[in-house]
Amino acid sequence: MSVSDTGAVRLTDHRTQGATPPATQPGASALSDEKSPPAVRLTDVSKAYRTGRGELLALDCVSLSVGTGEFVCIIGASGCGKSTLLNLVAGLDRPTSGTVETGGRRVGLMFQEPALFPWLTAARNIELALRARGVPRQARRDLTRELLLTVRLGGFGDKRPHELSGGMRQRVAMARALALDADVLLMDEPFGALDAMTRDLLHDELERICAERTLTVLFVTHNVREAVRLGDRVVVLSSRPGKVIAEYPVPRHGPRRIDSAEVAQLAATLTDRLREEMGRHGH
Amino acid sequence: MATDQALHGLDNLELSDVTRGESRAARLARKAWAATWPKLLAIVLVLAVWQLFYLSNFRGDTADHLLQSPAEVLPNLWQQLEHGLLLQAIGTSMERAVDGYGLSLVFGIVIGALVSRIPPLRAATGSIITGLQTMPSIAWFPLAIILFGGSTEAILFVIVLGSAPSIANAMIAGVDYTPPMLLRAGKVMGLRGLALYRYLILPSSLPTFVAGMKQAWAFAWRSLMAGELIVQIPGVASLGVLLNSDQDQLDFASTISVMIVILIIGIVVDGLFTKADLAIRNRRGLLDPALT
Ligand SMILES: Nc1ncnc2c1ncn2[C@@H]1O[C@H](COP(=O)(O)OP(=O)(O)OP(=O)(O)O)[C@@H](O)[C@H]1O
Ligand SMILES: [Mg+2]
Repeated sequence: MSVSDTGAVRLTDHRTQGATPPATQPGASALSDEKSPPAVRLTDVSKAYRTGRGELLALDCVSLSVGTGEFVCIIGASGCGKSTLLNLVAGLDRPTSGTVETGGRRVGLMFQEPALFPWLTAARNIELALRARGVPRQARRDLTRELLLTVRLGGFGDKRPHELSGGMRQRVAMARALALDADVLLMDEPFGALDAMTRDLLHDELERICAERTLTVLFVTHNVREAVRLGDRVVVLSSRPGKVIAEYPVPRHGPRRIDSAEVAQLAATLTDRLREEMGRHGH
Repeated sequence: MATDQALHGLDNLELSDVTRGESRAARLARKAWAATWPKLLAIVLVLAVWQLFYLSNFRGDTADHLLQSPAEVLPNLWQQLEHGLLLQAIGTSMERAVDGYGLSLVFGIVIGALVSRIPPLRAATGSIITGLQTMPSIAWFPLAIILFGGSTEAILFVIVLGSAPSIANAMIAGVDYTPPMLLRAGKVMGLRGLALYRYLILPSSLPTFVAGMKQAWAFAWRSLMAGELIVQIPGVASLGVLLNSDQDQLDFASTISVMIVILIIGIVVDGLFTKADLAIRNRRGLLDPALT
């Protein structure tokens, strides 16, 4: 285990072959236990997909709990089961074994693909999410405008998805996910296609919205710095089959910036850990 | 925030249309010409082949006026249109086409909706619907005449049997091929039951459905023409009746004139469906922008 020179960053590592026993068990993070009851709890969740020639194990005994209002980032190699994990939490799929509990909370999911309805304009896509929630017409219009401004697409409400760029579509999808006003928001690489400047702005917006609504967030990303910038905790998954191999609580001292030294330092540690994991699989 | 404004500035660049150095009128004219020349060429080709066929005089019939050139037939078509009987026949046939097609839509949509919603019904009727489509419509007429006698109902019966399966099939296929990704997005949004159909499944299946409507029209029009040749109602002029009497009188020019009318109606209606289909696909970005 490594500890940063300031001592502020406390790392928890769950390598089974490690010399020191793990300080905390996966799924029992100090943060979620002390501060708030869990909003999402996964217990020994495994997921196997049936394929042509047999079974493919995507997730292997994942245990994880996320406290109410907590922001948890998930990182891991491509194909390790991150999207699968979010699908299970959203209830779109059932685990092969283990349990997923969300305590009847409303769960919103922003998919890895934008998955917008191509026959509706950007604004109408967002409005449909509001309509499904039963928001009255006038409020729908106002909220849609507000959400479009939040994702910096004020002038693009009447464009159809195919007329927008990839990053713009992602932002519409984000607005639509926010429109669901869920208690638990699952985001699957939401900012993957954005330029750094827009991404930084949306980080700020997301942070603001989370604070406003006490949102619980599970956030999948390949960008380690982004994970450290946004998360209260970063969870590292092993290569397939996905398993929680490490959890890194991120201490918060006021607002963070993605280019701050603090973020860079923890990101470097995380990157090393990831590289080690991927090296184990000969990537 | 300064970056914020810069960002809006960047995004807004994309809002303004890029106008090329071409006036509106010139662009319209270019578009109109692009749309008309293939049709003109097609007509010229057909007339040329016909004229060659006439000149070849392959049965030696030219002298008997059994075979006539475009120059003789086209005035005949004009005369028939002026005379009014042809217009009346077009009216009757179009009315039957609209009635029959309308009934097909109703039956097709009801059956399609039921079959796509109820899995056991689906298993039982899926192959029947496809089977019906392969049945030549003319084979239905003996049964239709037994059931309805030589009446308009008999013709409508055959039109519905010929074209409703296309509508039902298109409806079922459209529902089946709703992209799973969108279904999951709908599920996350909490769309269920009727709302799921109204806001997701039906709009998503619209392009498939319109393609089915187009196919159904072709079947309906063919069934109608077959029907009018077989079921002739005394005192009612229809395109089929005219064709029959022209055949009896070995009147080449009038036969060809009526056939031209049938062809044109078929092409025009088909063209309308194609336009609708293109408009829908364009709205959804399903057309290659390089080709439009
Ligand atoms: N529906 C499915 N049927 C069969 N196998 C699947 C299915 N969905 C995912 N998989 C497999 O499960 C594994 C995990 O997939 P998943 O999409 O969860 O990965 P991921 O971590 O999100 O990857 P990425 O970072 O590339 O998005 C992959 O090996 C994939 O091939
Ligand atoms: Mg994924």
